[in-house]
Amino acid sequence: MPFARTVAVTLAGLALAGLAQAAQPQRGAKDEARAREVIRASFKEKGQAGLDRLEQDEVQAACSRTPGQGPLPAAAARKLVAAQQATLAYPADGKLMGDWKKGEQIAQSGVGKQFSDDPAKPSGGNCYACHRLSKQEVSFGTLGPSLYQYGKVRGQAEAMQRYTYAKIFNPQAFTACSTMPRFGHHAILTEEQIKDLVALLLDPASPVNQ
Amino acid sequence: MTRRSIGPVLLLAAAALAPAAHRAQEEDATAAIARYRELLQDGNPADLWEARGEALWQEKRGPKAASLEACDLGKGPGVVKGAYAELPRYFADGDRVMDLETRLVHCMGTLQGIDAGEATKQKFGAGDKRSDLEALAAWIVAQSRGMPVRVALKHPKEKAAYALGERIFFYRGGPHDFSCATCHAQSGKRIRLQELPNLTTPADAKRAFATWPAYRVSQGEVRTMQWRMNDCLRQQRFPELVFGSEGSVALITYLARQANGAGMDAPAIKR
Repeated sequence: MPFARTVAVTLAGLALAGLAQAAQPQRGAKDEARAREVIRASFKEKGQAGLDRLEQDEVQAACSRTPGQGPLPAAAARKLVAAQQATLAYPADGKLMGDWKKGEQIAQSGVGKQFSDDPAKPSGGNCYACHRLSKQEVSFGTLGPSLYQYGKVRGQAEAMQRYTYAKIFNPQAFTACSTMPRFGHHAILTEEQIKDLVALLLDPASPVNQ
Repeated sequence: MTRRSIGPVLLLAAAALAPAAHRAQEEDATAAIARYRELLQDGNPADLWEARGEALWQEKRGPKAASLEACDLGKGPGVVKGAYAELPRYFADGDRVMDLETRLVHCMGTLQGIDAGEATKQKFGAGDKRSDLEALAAWIVAQSRGMPVRVALKHPKEKAAYALGERIFFYRGGPHDFSCATCHAQSGKRIRLQELPNLTTPADAKRAFATWPAYRVSQGEVRTMQWRMNDCLRQQRFPELVFGSEGSVALITYLARQANGAGMDAPAIKR
């Protein structure tokens, strides 16, 4: 799997082992195996997107629930969050804030990881697809909450920097089945890029906080 | 010529979007997009695809030098009117559920002797490389205009396709953990300025399904449901959805059923 995987994830996965099954009680093992086979046969590798992308990790399996199955039960959700907390990794140099100007470019860019994208080029975060960030950019989506004045409201304390870094690195460590991608955990963005986004959100000079 | 007349409208819409700022301007932007969409309805180049599709339906082609006029789209051989509104459906002769495009490939094989590889070589058009399937789809879909979507789900394989389609709709995977539902299971949301239909609710599902296939201004092509699924999954960071695969037809079956009762209004024209 091309995803960033650590020993911690694997251990966390073991803790979650029963979770995916518990999430789909009414489905027989046979139906389950057949559905996975059909899904696999319905896709083909293209560009950088291999069939391994169809193999679900614990979070993906637990969070693929249909309306008939209802939301993930609270106990399973707590377990999932705890296991994902164990995957968090912070920068070795202890610095959490990068350059907000680079952060703004990362937030604007929607390229990366599609089979039509050049894998040699860096991915964007595409934050504006779902969030309002700066006052100037009116082309923003509403799938996620507005982050305008994120840092002005919350301040720039070390704890807030760590929280913001971790939330971008792996939102599942805070909200079970969040719709936001795990940018660090799946190596969509580099450590440097996440630092730049933390600066975009927290730096008092960033357009987000004007 | 039609495309040339669309150009200035695009520029106008872009100009209206240019001044940045607060809520008032945001509302202006939304209104400008709505106006732009309204203006688009005036002339739909899909007419050209429809005309070519009708000619292709009647033309004797392939190793068997036969037309598609005997093709059974579900309502009997040669019946085109209203056929699209009842697809996908189970076809005993292939013992599987087929959507329009899968069925066309089937008929090209059985009636005209054109093998599936050849029939799908240009499954989606690209400039000078025109797609016969897109043209045929445009014409056939137009023959269901005004008719209600009626996907019965009577046959066990139709029921199974719906269940599989629902499962794929909610299936999260890939580096971004996306499923179709990530963007299409909440109401009143946008990605950037693009409104997202909540395909789990009848009103949005009907509006969305009834307006595909559509002429895409940004691409200068008529695009079909198979294309729509393919491109959504690309943006989901999934591998390529195989054209006519069981999964693709299942997904379309799920969406069609969600839209049951909608009055077909396609080919539409879209951004």
